[in-house]
Amino acid sequence: MSGQTLYDKLWARHVVHEEADGTVLLYIDRHLVHEVTSPQAFEGLKLAGRTPWRIGSVVATADHNTPTDHWELGIQDPISRLQVETLDANIQEFGARAYFPFRDSRQGIVHVIGPEQGATLPGMTVVCGDSHTSTHGAFGALAHGIGTSEVEHVLATQCLVAKKSKNMLVRVDGELPVGVTAKDMALAIIGHIGTAGGTGYAIEFGGSAVRALSMEGRMTLCNMAIEAGARSGLVAVDQTTIDFLRGRPLAPAAADWERAVEDWRTLTSDPDAAFDATVELDAAEMVPQVTWGTSPEMVCGVDGQVPDPANEHDPIRREGLMRALHYMGLAPYTPICDIKLDKVFIGSCTNSRIEDLRAAAAVVRGRKKAESVRQVLVVPGSGLVKAQAEAEGLHQVFLDAGFEWREPGCSMCLAMNADRLEPGERCAATSNRNFEGRQGQGGRTHLVSPAMAAAAAVTGHFVDIRTF
Amino acid sequence: MRAFTTLDGLVCPLDRANVDTDAIIPKQFLKSIKRAGFGPNLFDEWRYLDHGEPGMDNSRRPLNGDFVLNMPRFQGAEILLARENFGCGSSREHAPWALEDYGFRAIIAPSFADIFFNNCYKNGVLPIVLSADAVDRLFVECATHPGYRLSIDLARQTVDTPSGRSYRFDITEHRKHCLLNGLDEIGLTLRHADKIRAFEAHIAADKPWLL
Repeated sequence: MSGQTLYDKLWARHVVHEEADGTVLLYIDRHLVHEVTSPQAFEGLKLAGRTPWRIGSVVATADHNTPTDHWELGIQDPISRLQVETLDANIQEFGARAYFPFRDSRQGIVHVIGPEQGATLPGMTVVCGDSHTSTHGAFGALAHGIGTSEVEHVLATQCLVAKKSKNMLVRVDGELPVGVTAKDMALAIIGHIGTAGGTGYAIEFGGSAVRALSMEGRMTLCNMAIEAGARSGLVAVDQTTIDFLRGRPLAPAAADWERAVEDWRTLTSDPDAAFDATVELDAAEMVPQVTWGTSPEMVCGVDGQVPDPANEHDPIRREGLMRALHYMGLAPYTPICDIKLDKVFIGSCTNSRIEDLRAAAAVVRGRKKAESVRQVLVVPGSGLVKAQAEAEGLHQVFLDAGFEWREPGCSMCLAMNADRLEPGERCAATSNRNFEGRQGQGGRTHLVSPAMAAAAAVTGHFVDIRTF
Repeated sequence: MRAFTTLDGLVCPLDRANVDTDAIIPKQFLKSIKRAGFGPNLFDEWRYLDHGEPGMDNSRRPLNGDFVLNMPRFQGAEILLARENFGCGSSREHAPWALEDYGFRAIIAPSFADIFFNNCYKNGVLPIVLSADAVDRLFVECATHPGYRLSIDLARQTVDTPSGRSYRFDITEHRKHCLLNGLDEIGLTLRHADKIRAFEAHIAADKPWLL
């Protein structure tokens, strides 16, 4: 009999009950909550006369709707304000292990503050009413997004009704070239397997190139597992994981820490574990990636050009390509480096951590925003990331270049607040989705790494960061 | 949850792959703290010619006549025929809420994104996976037969066409049972409360840092 994968181990550890058809009650250790997908869940709980099963599992913040400037004015949009106030009221009524409300110094994007606070630990099951919950798999935790009915279900029962996924290993060996980042690795993988390539799977990212990534890089990679169709991404625990967690506010301490670390070191796939699918990629061959279409799989190297739909034989795919190019306002064979930008967004749960801001600042230092670029938003992932960046003087680098240095939040990744693209505007974004209308109706999004976004901001078009 | 047993419904074809939940219900409508009322904003950016915001009188907005949902022959449709990877992207349950509120009770596609697929079951909406060939054939028949209807029987797990073909689909016993009976899943889970408590007691002794 073959060994277990990391996913197999995490799954087995959390099965409370199993039915004959394989449907399982899966115990949930950590429940991350934000303002957009929780109000109906709390309301449902109250209407049914139920109480939370273990409110100590809840860590909450407001991030999707919150403004990123003029915090002194509060939330101007009354509908957004009501939603954030509803979260305040629900936490007030029911409690939480930790709550970081709007304007708290530790508030931020839920997927940034979870790990930052040590609320995400190896071996946990982590859920949140947000698809980018896959981010937390970077810690060897089984983490995935859920809908609002499931938010209510977890609040009421501490369990999810779940069916096991299949196992996929994406192994990236070799060394990433200078200028090629975890974001490029994620986009290259999606370009390779497609946005539905991971559907029905939990993806474990392995190989020497993944092991060489920092925790920030691993979070970027797992964050985009959902863009490959997989609800969960995973990276095995190693010393990098353990070093990141030591001393975090919600991480275990003293004797518990030693016991926990001993347990965490077992959270790797066994050498003889069997995967249902394996994909192998060579890091050394990867180049900086730029999406040119309206799905993350519509991506190519910065040295490439926009494809010609005429070369696609499948009629549905061809139609999809034509619609994408029409929406994006791009002609076939346009070199990626000839694409000019109107706006640049550096932020989101994919790329708003300190390492991302350092990478962007390193490119920008001593340079100015291109005249043709209307706006560059730099939105740190959390209040603590913001404070760290300011302690390092990174904010001054951005401000000197003519960029805007904002307060933390989801911001222009999904444009629920005032940060958005106008129809037809073209944006280089470090976020995760280039769907039609994602950053604002009619807006055109190109997904890139922080360094690539920064370089585009100072030149006005895409440039190959490897030779910049 | 509303039970789903059988459905004989008009079919509306949405002939594009990778329809994401941002397209199904754009973000500005996610500011609502209610579960209902999303139907008028289903596919908002494709369905209307102007920019939609919460609180607008949608009956006065200019419609995109080229979008299938606005075509007279598809008014009253209850079955959405879709392409691969339907419902990809964001986990927003507002997507199935909007589909259900509009009047769709079933969606047929060659594949669905995992989170959306799961969310549908929680709202009495039945997502049906058929082979790409079968879906292709349904698209052709739907295009060539005005008033095209399909008949779905959940207990038998079949989709029947007017010409008499029958396609079988898979569903887990648990989901089928919940849908057929319109069951409250939380109530079902709480029947295992003793097991959940025992599990927690074990964790408290073995790995207290998890609690």
